Amino acid sequence: MEPTQGFSRRELLSWIGKTAGAVAMYQAMTTLGFAAESNFDSKNYELSGAPAGASVLVLGGGLAGMTAAYELRKAGYKVKILEYNQKAGGRCWTLRGGDKYTELGGATQECKFDKGLYLNPGPWRIPYHHHAVLHYCKQFDVKLEVFTQINHNAYFHSTKAFGGKPKRYREVKADFQGHVAELLAKCVNQKGLDQAMTKEDTERLLLVMREWGALNDDDKYVKSVESSLMRGFDIDPAGGLMPEQQFSQPMGRAELLNSTLWKHLNEGHSYDYQATLFQPIGGMDMIAKAFEKEVGSLIRYSSKVTKIDQDDNGVTVNYVDSLNPGETMTETADWCVCTIPLSILGQIPSTFSSKLTSAIRAVPYDSSVKVGLQFKRRFWEEDDHIYGGVTFTDMPIELISYPSTDYHSSGKGVLLGAYLWDENSYEFTSMSPEMRVKKALEYGAKIHPQYMDEYDNGISVAWHRVPWVNGCYGLWTPETRKAHYKNLCEIDGRIVLAGEHASYIPAWMEGAILSSLDAIKRLHQHALQSKKQTA
Amino acid sequence: MKKLTMLTLMLGIYAFASLSAVAGTPTVSESSSFEQKTGEDLYNSICQGCHMEGGKGASEGAGFYPALAENAKVAAPGYPIYVLVNGLGGMPSFKHYLTDEQIVEVVNYVRTHFGNDYQKKATLDDVKAMTNR
Repeated sequence: MEPTQGFSRRELLSWIGKTAGAVAMYQAMTTLGFAAESNFDSKNYELSGAPAGASVLVLGGGLAGMTAAYELRKAGYKVKILEYNQKAGGRCWTLRGGDKYTELGGATQECKFDKGLYLNPGPWRIPYHHHAVLHYCKQFDVKLEVFTQINHNAYFHSTKAFGGKPKRYREVKADFQGHVAELLAKCVNQKGLDQAMTKEDTERLLLVMREWGALNDDDKYVKSVESSLMRGFDIDPAGGLMPEQQFSQPMGRAELLNSTLWKHLNEGHSYDYQATLFQPIGGMDMIAKAFEKEVGSLIRYSSKVTKIDQDDNGVTVNYVDSLNPGETMTETADWCVCTIPLSILGQIPSTFSSKLTSAIRAVPYDSSVKVGLQFKRRFWEEDDHIYGGVTFTDMPIELISYPSTDYHSSGKGVLLGAYLWDENSYEFTSMSPEMRVKKALEYGAKIHPQYMDEYDNGISVAWHRVPWVNGCYGLWTPETRKAHYKNLCEIDGRIVLAGEHASYIPAWMEGAILSSLDAIKRLHQHALQSKKQTA
Repeated sequence: MKKLTMLTLMLGIYAFASLSAVAGTPTVSESSSFEQKTGEDLYNSICQGCHMEGGKGASEGAGFYPALAENAKVAAPGYPIYVLVNGLGGMPSFKHYLTDEQIVEVVNYVRTHFGNDYQKKATLDDVKAMTNR
């Protein structure tokens, strides 16, 4: 919107907010299309002016719950959080040496990682465009470092191609581009595109193909200085009287196409994984801990919610101590922000509208498994020269991710040794934790034979067995979104839901935080309006 | 099973093959679709993830997984078939993961194990009526 008479839209809204209050401001925002913007607006997210004495009970002390508590308290609400765990953070979670983790079914693992080494069982990457997460990281002084997604020296591997020998990303990328460029150049040279393009354009296209595909002077993609400068050398250029450089032989076009290794070429190029990705130094739960430092005093830990009730006067929540379930305790408030995962919430007796109940029951939770492996030395760096990034394979483990921290250091290191989805994830969930680690080792050793000698210890997390989620994230489909998403997000009496499941960015922390900011903005608005009506 | 697991750990990962003989042990599909054929293998490799060994379910978390052991809801084949095909609450649908034959096998396995003894078999037609394929 163009500035009007010296007023920008933002200035106008700010002026309305100051003079007419939040209700008018929200209406103005909606009219001006501002509130409909889905992304985080760092200048217009804060709330203020809670009705005197108003209270909000937040269910769940993950990122959505703690965001709600932090912002609502700032606005003047009396806030309390009930959290099932003995710590805050929910799925924003890190396992370190000394941590004990008991999954559903009763198996307990003790993490034996060395000091400073860790596994992020849940979220592990922050895209540069996840503005809300980054906003709170800056505000709470969470130190970030770059997460390496694409590494040209990491591997693409298929058990069914090239005798099961892994290929380097740079080799697959250069050869794929080279062969495609050669074909297109051939097309141009044989006048195959003359009807589709002008002569000048085909000449330009030829220039592009020569450069992009590293073709030689004859427009061929072959063993040459051009191709080796992209895919690497058999013997690298060196100094003095050292052996002379040797160009490398590209893979054959048909063999590469049939290998399906190219399937992984685009993974690091999609919007969610483009540079720059971040991770908190020391583990993802640094974000949870930073929030907890702010709102920890509001949290009642070890609280298992057993009933959610609401009427015209307020919200009443029953809960028991999750460690010593005995007598039922009760918490009441004027309003409630419920961030309990739908997989759990659907099992708790609640007085929700039938629309909301149907929405909660319509969202199944996906399966995912991660395995962390500690090795006695960082052989992927020392032997294979892989510093961070991801190796992809067609084996059930799907990928191996190398630590994006402490590059080139001596001593031990922890790999993400498996990140499973779909069929294999269900199978690994059904295994004992020890068997998951063993399987991850068996498969990983086909890419890195050093696994056998260097293995130290491991830990695994199967999300369907995580006692506070019963799954990984809310699995929406276009059909269920259409039928239920709005109902799930709308304020239901005195309760509003928030979390990644109430967002269009499922499974990401950004979804949890944006959902929470949007939910509390609407709840605040609603609270102000209710106050006005009763006044 | 715990003891055996510890033993294989001590012997190193080459001794791992010995685990596959233990009852309740899942198998791994390497073709990106479920390769299990028998009801027992399907249960151990998929359902057990949540409904646990012996179908005993789980109730020690923030929520629960219902026990399939001694569960009267599996008496008529239609209910377990419906749940597998459509999902229920947090449980995803398995329609696109399993063939109709696999659904018959695993449903009948659950209905005749874990203290359930419902001899009237679910048929392929029962399943097809719900999967419509």
